[in-house]
Amino acid sequence: MLSLKLAFKNLIGAGLRTWLNVFVLSLAFVIIIWHKGMLDGWDRQARTDMIAWECGGGQYWQQNYDPYDPFTLTESHAAMPGDAISKEKDGKLLPILISQGSIYPGGRIQSVLIKGIVPSQKILAIPSVVLDTGITEIPVLIGQHMAKANRLKIGDVFSMRWRTSSGAFDAADARVVRIFRSSVPSVDGGQLWVSLPTLQKMLNMPGQATLLVTSQGTINPVTFNGWKFKDLDFLLMDVTNIIKAKSASGVVLWFILLLLAMLAIFDTQVLSIFRRQKEIGTCVALGMTKGQVIRLFTVEGAMHSVFAIILAMAWGTPLLYLQATKGISMPVNSQDFGISMADVLYPVYSLGLVVTTTLIVFVTTTIVSFLPSRKIAKMNPTDAIRGKIK
Amino acid sequence: MENSQIIKITELVKDFPVGTGSFRALDHINLSFGKGEFAGLVGPSGSGKTTLLNIMGSLDTPSQGEVKVLDFNVGELSARESATLRKSKLGFIFQSYNLLPVYTVYENVEFPLLLLEFTAQERKKMVLDALEWVGLTPKMKSKPNMLSGGECQRVAIARAMVKKPMIVLADEPTANLDAENSHHILRTMEKLNRELNTSFLFATHDEKVISYLKRRIVLADGKVEIDEKTAITK
Ligand SMILES: Nc1ncnc2c1ncn2[C@@H]1O[C@H](COP(=O)(O)OP(=O)(O)O)[C@@H](O)[C@H]1O
Ligand SMILES: [Mg+2]
Repeated sequence: MLSLKLAFKNLIGAGLRTWLNVFVLSLAFVIIIWHKGMLDGWDRQARTDMIAWECGGGQYWQQNYDPYDPFTLTESHAAMPGDAISKEKDGKLLPILISQGSIYPGGRIQSVLIKGIVPSQKILAIPSVVLDTGITEIPVLIGQHMAKANRLKIGDVFSMRWRTSSGAFDAADARVVRIFRSSVPSVDGGQLWVSLPTLQKMLNMPGQATLLVTSQGTINPVTFNGWKFKDLDFLLMDVTNIIKAKSASGVVLWFILLLLAMLAIFDTQVLSIFRRQKEIGTCVALGMTKGQVIRLFTVEGAMHSVFAIILAMAWGTPLLYLQATKGISMPVNSQDFGISMADVLYPVYSLGLVVTTTLIVFVTTTIVSFLPSRKIAKMNPTDAIRGKIK
Repeated sequence: MENSQIIKITELVKDFPVGTGSFRALDHINLSFGKGEFAGLVGPSGSGKTTLLNIMGSLDTPSQGEVKVLDFNVGELSARESATLRKSKLGFIFQSYNLLPVYTVYENVEFPLLLLEFTAQERKKMVLDALEWVGLTPKMKSKPNMLSGGECQRVAIARAMVKKPMIVLADEPTANLDAENSHHILRTMEKLNRELNTSFLFATHDEKVISYLKRRIVLADGKVEIDEKTAITK
């Protein structure tokens, strides 16, 4: 097509200014893909980790259980249904019992959740097997944030207090047998893990549980009377919402980046139409219609985006590839976000992301190039030929 | 229209809006041009030469009267039709050359042929011929900013002539050139007029150009004062 050929020549001929615009646009292009890739990577990591550490294939909640209201905890436990017990034997279900309690590390008092987990379980990534040990104190397992907050180390002994099912207080010594690292704050902060049979004995609640975690990949869960099934969509709602909120604020960033690049191109177009009116007049004299000249200038402006995309591929691909394989260290604490965030994030760049971004950049550049070009239609060719238009 | 007549102007009036009123730049012009003419609109600055040339080139339209160029009625053409007329039948030469700055000499001359959709092979032959006519074959890879004024105007002549148009309209083609270059391009155009029988219509007040004209039309205040065949005076 003629206008493509001519536009290409004009753009190359414009030299430095072209490359400056192309560079700015390619920067915006790569940053947008990188930023969105980070969010997608975080989303994937948070989901994977939360499934592995906390959610499994979904959870049954004892019908009174409400994680946001700790005062209901004393009411939210029940004996496991018979079907559930056989599923547990098959390794398809993991009962967890939760109780409130206090610990006294170094003389301070600290309110905690005590969670009982089957030591031999394989459904969650929590290293519960270490709880199966014959020491005189109650063996407890904590996460590193819990350890840091209470200045606890492996081997530390502290006293622990709780209420039994009859409401009476009871106390015993506990010993930290292991500190685990997890990116999932909801299995770490303000809680400690003990063996389920131990906790059932402590509370005098034999065979009881608060939660039943199903194994990953559970589909069509059966219903248990007195228990409500919470699927992954529900359990991961926080992840969905936070990523959505971050994407929304990301859109602002992308908009600003694109706006900057578009301003540069718009400015170039306006200037070039003003400076090249003699050329425009000449093209008309040589037999182009104004429509053809407008098309030529629009194609010329839009071609910035084609160059920018090629340039972005050239320098962006190795960079983004490196980040996707080596990961990016996150300086922030996952506890600050309320959802899982690993220390190292691996951005995920999907084909859809690249294609969508490319289209957006191309379409906006074309529009921005077209808008000032419409001015050509109003030009008087006899004045334009002499470069007389002010 | 007579067979050899290529432009016929009857009772042409051109008014430009000025402020609240209007200014009459051309006042009841009657003229006709035949094939192969080498004619000039002559007169002081502001007499209407450029305006008349622009209307004949279908870059502007009459306010009144009729201008027929190769049987096309300039006042009634659509934008597309008038572009087609310029593209295929007319060549333009301007005072300030108006070359496309990012293109080489070769590409500038090739441009009208691209618009006419000639094949690459045809284009090459035609461009090389045109460069030969104006003696710029050795400079075909240069950009306009590397050429002298005279050379630029010769490129413009090659660009106007490359498609062998019926009519070439040249507005003050020597105004930016020194005497030697002026004579050079005038001899070039005279030769092309003779060899290809292309009509050349000038707008000029340059004595050097006037001395080459075979017909002189003197304009004053938008009216034709004199229209005469001239003996070559040089
Ligand atoms: N677009 C225009 N608007 C108003 N007046 C114009 C316009 N173009 C030309 N004129 C006037 O018409 C007259 C003839 O102009 P022009 O044809 O350029 O003269 P010449 O080429 O003989 O010097 C001048 O007085 C000029 O000021
Ligand atoms: Mg003039």
